[in-house]
Amino acid sequence: MNAYEKVMLARAKGRPTGLSYIHEIFSGFLELHGDRRFGDDPAIVGGLAELDGMPVTVIAMEKGVDMKEKVRRNFGSPNPEGYRKALRLMKQAEKFRRPVVCFVDTSGAYCGLGAEERGQGQAIAENLMEMAGLGTPIVSILIGEGGSGGALALAVADQVWILENAVYSVISPEGCASILWKDPKRVKDAADCLRLTAQDMEELGVVERVLPEDEGCCGAIKEGLIELLPKLLALPPQDLLDRRYKRFRAF
Amino acid sequence: MNLMGLFRSPQNELEKGGKEAEEQGILNSCPRCGVRMPITDLQENLNVCSACGYHFRIGPRERVFFVCDEGSFEELEGDLMSHDLLDFPGYDQKLRNAKLASREKEGVLCGTARIEGEPCALFCMDPNFMMGSMGTVVGEKITRLFEYAAENRLPVVGFTVSGGARMQEGILSLMQMAKTSAALKRHSDAGLFYLTVLTDPTTGGVTASFAMDGDVIMAEPGATIGFAGARVIEQTIRKKLPQGFQTAEFLLEHGFVDLIVPRSEQRQAIAYLLRLHGPGANQQAAGDREEASL
Repeated sequence: MNAYEKVMLARAKGRPTGLSYIHEIFSGFLELHGDRRFGDDPAIVGGLAELDGMPVTVIAMEKGVDMKEKVRRNFGSPNPEGYRKALRLMKQAEKFRRPVVCFVDTSGAYCGLGAEERGQGQAIAENLMEMAGLGTPIVSILIGEGGSGGALALAVADQVWILENAVYSVISPEGCASILWKDPKRVKDAADCLRLTAQDMEELGVVERVLPEDEGCCGAIKEGLIELLPKLLALPPQDLLDRRYKRFRAF
Repeated sequence: MNLMGLFRSPQNELEKGGKEAEEQGILNSCPRCGVRMPITDLQENLNVCSACGYHFRIGPRERVFFVCDEGSFEELEGDLMSHDLLDFPGYDQKLRNAKLASREKEGVLCGTARIEGEPCALFCMDPNFMMGSMGTVVGEKITRLFEYAAENRLPVVGFTVSGGARMQEGILSLMQMAKTSAALKRHSDAGLFYLTVLTDPTTGGVTASFAMDGDVIMAEPGATIGFAGARVIEQTIRKKLPQGFQTAEFLLEHGFVDLIVPRSEQRQAIAYLLRLHGPGANQQAAGDREEASL
């Protein structure tokens, strides 16, 4: 399978979306809304849940399943208030020393007028900085499209995992082809050059784990989290932060 | 701002100019108002158009020259250079061209300096080096600068110019946003001051990381500042964008920059901010508090 076919798979209709992972992996999900600043962004859902009896904060980008939902959720492209809601929930998790699990799936942060007026860049920047210093464990899982800064804003984590057909990229292959070569038809070349597949991520050290997409996928994520989160929680907070710092310092 | 240019008529053939003089590099025309002016006059005016106040894009050495005390700048990590890490087609050539165009080894200049006597660590991004795009070396130099500044208890002053993350280094460029943010967070947690000066253009992954994390965010008049490019937004929303969208003034109005400072006043404004956040100021404040509680 070439890189562009992977991109197509990552975007494919019918691919499970953020909320379905939350419901499969956790129990008792209680959604919490709003950024306490401006509004509630349906492109990012977040709240509390239990993982094998352990309270956790879960945050997911949600593209929506049917057309009505997709429109309501802006096709999974968050506005600044989505990132601010996510940060609010992470800060809450830090206060109660709950681990945070993020599911990342977006073509990118929304490129709209209102998004710019309300500081899309600032919202992402703040998340990156605050997540680097958040005193509770964070695990981020790329489940579909990892679209640039808009994806990274939920992926400054202690471990980053990726599904085998998910992608992660600094720019979409379409954007790259049109900016670099002024030729949108060279999108396949761009996908190859960008090195954006899950396998590339493993090779480049961007992720700790690549998860096979089979019927056991959610089970594997659940088991993995049940094993990892208590270990991360047991670390003294400063050790946790030092490790996270080193993880990103390596690039 | 020097208003003389508005009322002066050309004094000689050189000022009247013409394509020829411009091509010879003697004259430069303002991209905003079109007025032609001798390059020497322009440089004397800090590369600001004397007729309309347009701030020309300038390279990092010129920034240092305009802002820092004479002879105080000492470069750090000046030998780091990018390599084509992902075998990206054409990247080697682009890097060679960028080095020629900018006469720099990479897209950011880092070092220590004094500004009206106030010591600081300083980074200036370079519009002539692939439009200040951030790859691993730009990210590394800025990260090392924050680490150096944290260790030596120095404030950081950062002039940003960037088209965003550097596509040719793929996901590794994206990781620089996380890396630099983590470093500046440590610097910030150490109680140290970080000032960003956003200059034209500051966009994409740089806006979405260290440009917007300053304790104080200053901008140059008229600078384009935003996350997404204007063309991409127009394509997304299928509407024309309003006049003045994503300018420094627009960001000020929407609460995302603290102040707009023309180039001619930056040295003084930066020095004042550094003084207010200097170690002396802190100790005095702490001392005052102690006294007050006694």
